[in-house]
Amino acid sequence: MSALADSNQPEAATSRLLTDPSQPGAALGGGDGPVEILGSTVAGVAGPKQPRKARSARPRKPRRTSGTVGLGIGVGLATLYMSIVVLIPLGAVVWRARDGGLGSFWDSVTTPEALAALKLTVSLSIVVGLVNLVMGTLIAWVLVRDSFPGKRVVEMLIDLPFALPTIVAGLVLLSLYGQSSPLHINLAYARSGVLVALLFVTLPFVVRTVQPVLLELDPQIEEAAYSLGAGKATTFRRVLLPSLLPAMLSGAALAFARAMSEFGATVLISGNLPFRTEVSSVYIYNQIENDNMAGAAAVSTLMLLIALVVLICINLLTRWAARRG
Amino acid sequence: MAKISLRVTALTYLLFLLVLPVGVICWRTFDQGLAAFWQALTSPEALHALQITVVVAVPAVLLNTVFGLGTAILLVRHKFWGKSALNALIDLPLAVSPVVAGLALVLVYGRFTPVGTWFYDHGVQVIYALPGMILATVFVSLPLVVRAVAPVVEEIGIEQEQAAWTLGATSVQTFRRVTIPAIRWALAYGMVLALARSLGEFGSVAVVSGNISGQTQTASLFVQDAFDNYNQQAAYAVAFVLAVMAVTSLLLIQLLRPKESRR
Repeated sequence: MSALADSNQPEAATSRLLTDPSQPGAALGGGDGPVEILGSTVAGVAGPKQPRKARSARPRKPRRTSGTVGLGIGVGLATLYMSIVVLIPLGAVVWRARDGGLGSFWDSVTTPEALAALKLTVSLSIVVGLVNLVMGTLIAWVLVRDSFPGKRVVEMLIDLPFALPTIVAGLVLLSLYGQSSPLHINLAYARSGVLVALLFVTLPFVVRTVQPVLLELDPQIEEAAYSLGAGKATTFRRVLLPSLLPAMLSGAALAFARAMSEFGATVLISGNLPFRTEVSSVYIYNQIENDNMAGAAAVSTLMLLIALVVLICINLLTRWAARRG
Repeated sequence: MAKISLRVTALTYLLFLLVLPVGVICWRTFDQGLAAFWQALTSPEALHALQITVVVAVPAVLLNTVFGLGTAILLVRHKFWGKSALNALIDLPLAVSPVVAGLALVLVYGRFTPVGTWFYDHGVQVIYALPGMILATVFVSLPLVVRAVAPVVEEIGIEQEQAAWTLGATSVQTFRRVTIPAIRWALAYGMVLALARSLGEFGSVAVVSGNISGQTQTASLFVQDAFDNYNQQAAYAVAFVLAVMAVTSLLLIQLLRPKESRR
């Protein structure tokens, strides 16, 4: 809990998990102390009290103005950079989508192929979220509470799906679960194949959100529950689950968001058969290739909206976790 | 007993999802022998693709490092109008599908858009060329350095910098001799994360590059292209190189990431 709670910037914690959950929240504040110290130091900079007094021996008037100007330039540059790379382009997508009015937006989103892709993407992503919810928590529990030879290697391997380029992940899964599978399991060009690819790329999310919370929980609480006669199931449900739930849910939501937007890992194994294995991002890609920019922009806008909703949910979950912590 | 069964379940899941797939790529890469691997890897197209990957990734990482460092300091140390909005928007690229990112850039910088035309008239082609690919890579890896550096900037506080100022150091000196050394590991960590992401980026680059073999084809695009053209040995060879880079960066990340044991 405190891994998420320690952060006074919930979004920051979340984003680290989006990119690399291998860095537990512990790194953020290193405990409770630094954050508080920080709060006061940051306030010290903003308020005119402490630093001014310290520098009052020297005439510092010019520094103050140059500081304000510098801040302005800094904020301006950061905003400009964000705008050039991210904000204006994303704005252009939404702009392009509503170009022909709401009617044509709706038509583009509800073509049979687009609708089929969207349904497949959402339902696969929900399954991915649920599988990760169970397996991720289980793996995190095993990594924290169990010990076995080679645990450190497993611990490191968990992050591999984040480091491995998505196209390599797709190729790797296709060679194991494709037509020439050494295991004789052929999932190529099937929905189950897409599901496996999505499970691969989302594997670390729940593990890495739950793990730090579990580390903070004292095993003695579980033992106390056992000694008072609670069974395994009761202990999990009444003791572990309440503390783990926010982390589990935000991990699952992150996995859901990633599964919704994944492209590289699914493009090889799915074969991109419209109405069967074509997910939304592949659909968008095909529309771009066919120069149907309006259609691509419409579905993209819908995906952006879904991503936004998920981000807000994750944010609320993080706040919930912080309150409970 | 229950513990054992949980362990077995977890490890079996990981075996089939993670260990076997990664094992099989090594096997597939080398089952034709080392010479075939080497020959596939050193074909002109493969070498060119690897070279383009580096040419795109390095500027993208450097740009994001400068932006990330500056923005992290702004967000942690300063109060300004729109701060929480900026803070929230930085994470946006992580939630956006890479294909949507690519489309977004094409819609603004494409050849027949006002901005794209302006650039084209001034001799710069953005989309289907290197600038667009760098832009796409910057897009997808934008938050990584900020989010790696910000917590550490927060943690170090400003006492040391204040001390430097009171001793007469200029802002530049303070930054170079006090701030940078204090955050250098976090900065390196963020840069490795960004580099790993940049080297492997596929979706957004696929959209903006046009995937022209021998010109704008990066290594990950080459993998797909080679696989689609039944040139499996080449696909596996380059994929293997990308995987080795990924594992290397993973090891670096483990080394660089702030230690839990520090608590």
